[in-house]
Parts: sequence; structure tokens; C-alpha cells
Amino acid sequence: MTEETLLSARGLSLHFGKVPALVNVDADLWPGEVLAVVGESGSGKTTLLNVLSGRMRADAGVTWYRDPQSRLHDVHAMPAPALRALHRSDWGFVHQNPRDNLRMSVSAGGNVGERLMAAGNRHYGRIREAAIDWLAQVEIDPARVDDMPRTFSGGMLQRLQIARTLVTHPRLVFMDEPTGGLDVSVQARLLDLIRSLVARLNIAVVLVTHDLAVARLLAHRIMVMQRGEVVETGLTDQVLDDPQHAYTQLLVSSVLQA
Amino acid sequence: MLQVDSLEKQFTLHLRGGLSLPVLHGVNLTVHAGECVALSGPSGAGKSTLLRSLYANYRADAGRILIRHEGEMVDIAAAPPRTVVQVRAKTLGYVSQFLRVVPRVPALEIVAEAAPDRSQEKAAALLHRLNIPTRLHALPPATFSGGEQQRVNLARGFIGGHPILLLDEPTASLDAANADIVIAMITEAKARGVAIVGIFHDAEVRNRVADRLLHVAPLQDAA
Repeated sequence: MTEETLLSARGLSLHFGKVPALVNVDADLWPGEVLAVVGESGSGKTTLLNVLSGRMRADAGVTWYRDPQSRLHDVHAMPAPALRALHRSDWGFVHQNPRDNLRMSVSAGGNVGERLMAAGNRHYGRIREAAIDWLAQVEIDPARVDDMPRTFSGGMLQRLQIARTLVTHPRLVFMDEPTGGLDVSVQARLLDLIRSLVARLNIAVVLVTHDLAVARLLAHRIMVMQRGEVVETGLTDQVLDDPQHAYTQLLVSSVLQA
Repeated sequence: MLQVDSLEKQFTLHLRGGLSLPVLHGVNLTVHAGECVALSGPSGAGKSTLLRSLYANYRADAGRILIRHEGEMVDIAAAPPRTVVQVRAKTLGYVSQFLRVVPRVPALEIVAEAAPDRSQEKAAALLHRLNIPTRLHALPPATFSGGEQQRVNLARGFIGGHPILLLDEPTASLDAANADIVIAMITEAKARGVAIVGIFHDAEVRNRVADRLLHVAPLQDAA
């Protein structure tokens, strides 16, 4: 248990005018661990994701990231080019809307290969090979490697975004409602895919979701947020089966049983 | 293998004006290797609550739950989440009453991924032993009958080879023939030195596998 954290945050606070988005939030993530952040909309979970990933600044607090050479970086003190390079290599970000990440005017294979090129790969044949391999891993027919993303369904676009994100073998991936807005059958397939890829590649994930079933399926640990505060945190099954805080009890008891 | 000291557990229902329901008070239990302890007591007495507390699925309010994990005693009532995850992976197995199915994942895969070596052959052999025919192995268990789901769940629980097993009504939805197979599996596990704590509603099953009973008495309602 002496293993060091991949990402640690202490005392994160952020206000939008008078609205508290983050109130003194601490978070830790260890390598290979999936941490779910749950809460209703407006609870601050997406803001937390944006702050942890350096896409947004907090008013107070610090976020540390440990690189593969075990050097610590203050995410918010990193020069912009270094942070961008990090987002292209050791980190990934999966958006709820895949169009926010994909380039719709570039072929499916190009979308996957582009991230490899950005990470410094130059061998065209190998890039194309990797793109085809990743399309297969996310269950997209490799024959569609040259097709434009606009010909893809919503579920396929989300899988393409995951292929594009994982092709550089990041150790840490931020996911914002990755299954939001998809049909349940498509959602099930995507969840199974994320679950198996994350386990096989030993990726650490910060997963923002409002869906407790998604958190239960994917996450080792869970953080429950309300009005910018973390009200409860712990093992996923413990928090969901034996919730201690009034707000968590409300969330858990509000879920419809299918 | 497992030692419980003065375990307390109550539920506080914040949505019911902070109503407090005490369930367990001063529970003590020691289980040695190769021993099976059956929890007895009327429905609602807290047997499942105790079993779930032993798995750290429920949080204890007071007391210790010591688990022998890789040669050391770990108090999983106080351990950080990551330690609990490791104890569950290596040492502590739990077979719940109902299988929580993962969409799209076939029965064989569900069992194999719980095996230490992820062996599909071992998973298939165990499913066969529990009378789940090959034609069902490639199907996700969502459409299986209750008894079939329970047997997939049992295969998943037993394949891990955990030194401590917690069994919640392992034969509840099974016919006599399948219950006999489960009894044989429990007996073999005990012979290997596995420590078992279980809830067995069926008196015959209980008599055949349990070495001792721990009576769980309902607490007075204090509201």
C-alpha cells in the first residue's frame, strides 16, 4: 500500500459568482483505479473533472500529477504547451459528446492516427496499422477506416472517440458521462467495452456520471458530490449499499429498479 | 482466519427523520481454517447484515473484523478502500443470493474473470459440474432461470479459491440434486482448509455443512 498516487488534489475551491462549484475538495487516484464522481446536475462533478484535468483553474487548492518518471507536477502551474502535450500522451479525455473531441472532416482512421502523430509518430504504415487495430478493439469494422465520422451512429462515434483517446496508451483518462444520451442497448455495449479495456490496459479513470448503475459497474471507489462538496466517499458497493449521508441515501433510494 | 470482536451496526435513515435502527450489538465470532459456521436466527434478525458487514459491504459502527490476509490480520472494518479491494481479490470471497449480471458478458466469461488465472477451461468445468450445459456458456445470464443464475454465481464465487468464503443462502433457488452438488463443493472447500460463514435457510443443508451455529437474535426496536 506504499504505492504512490497518480493524481492528488487538496483543498480545491471554486465559485461561479456566488454559486459554489467546488468546496474544499480532496481527491486521490491510484494507478489502475476507477474513481466515479456522482451527484445530480449542478453538483460540481464536471467542474471537478475540468479542474483535475487542468482545463479549468480553481480559486484555491492544488492538483498534483505524477509522470511516468515519478516526477510530480502541479497541474495548474504547468506551462500550457506541457499540459497540452500531457493531454496528447499520458492523459486522455472522453467527452459526453464525441463531436467535441473528434474531427468530423477527417476519416475514422485519421482521427485515431492523428493522436499518434501528435505524439510524435511519423511512420504512416504503422500509424494506419494501429488505427485499424484500435477500430477493431472498439468493435468498429476495420473496413470503415476511411469512412467519415458523420456516417457513423452515435454509439460508433463514442467508440471512435475511445479508440482515439486510448491509442497513445494513456495511464489516466477523464470521462464525462461517456454513456450519456445513448440508447440502453448501445450503452450496455459501451460499458462492457470500457470495463474490459480499462481492466486489461490498467488505466486509471476519473469517471463523472449521474448514473449510479454505471458507477457500480465500472468504479472501484466513488465520491458523492452535492453543491460542490464531497459529502461521502468510499468503496463503490459500500457507498451504494450502505449510504451514510442523507443526500446519498436520497440518491440511492431515487433510482428506479428495472 | 476470521475474528469478529464486539461488532455493532445500526442503520440511520436520514429520509425518515434520522430514524435509527440498531441491528447488531456485541457480535463476537471466530472461524478457523476448514470450519463452517452457520448464522441462524429468524428472518430480519440481521444475518445478512452481519454477512455483508464481514465482506465490508456494510460499514461497521464499532468493533473489529480481523481477516487473515497474506499472513497478516487486517481489520477490514477500518481498512482503507484499496486494502479492502485487495483483501476481496485474494482472500475473501462472497456469494450473494442474486447474481448481479453485467450486460452482454457471457456466463463463461463472468466465471473465468473471477478465476485467479482467468482460465476458461476451469470455468467451463465448474459450470458443467453445476449442471450449466455448454450451450448456455456463451450466453449472458440475464435470461437464465433463477436457479441457473444462482449456479453461475456459485461458480464465480468458488473458482476464486479464496481462503475465506461468505455464502448467503447458496442453495435457496436450487433443486435437491443441485443442492447436493453445492454441499459437496462446500465440503471439499472445508477439506482444503477454507473457512466458511454462511446463511443456510434449509435445515438439512445446514446440518450437513455447518460445524457450529452462531445465533443472531433480533434487537429490540429502539426508535
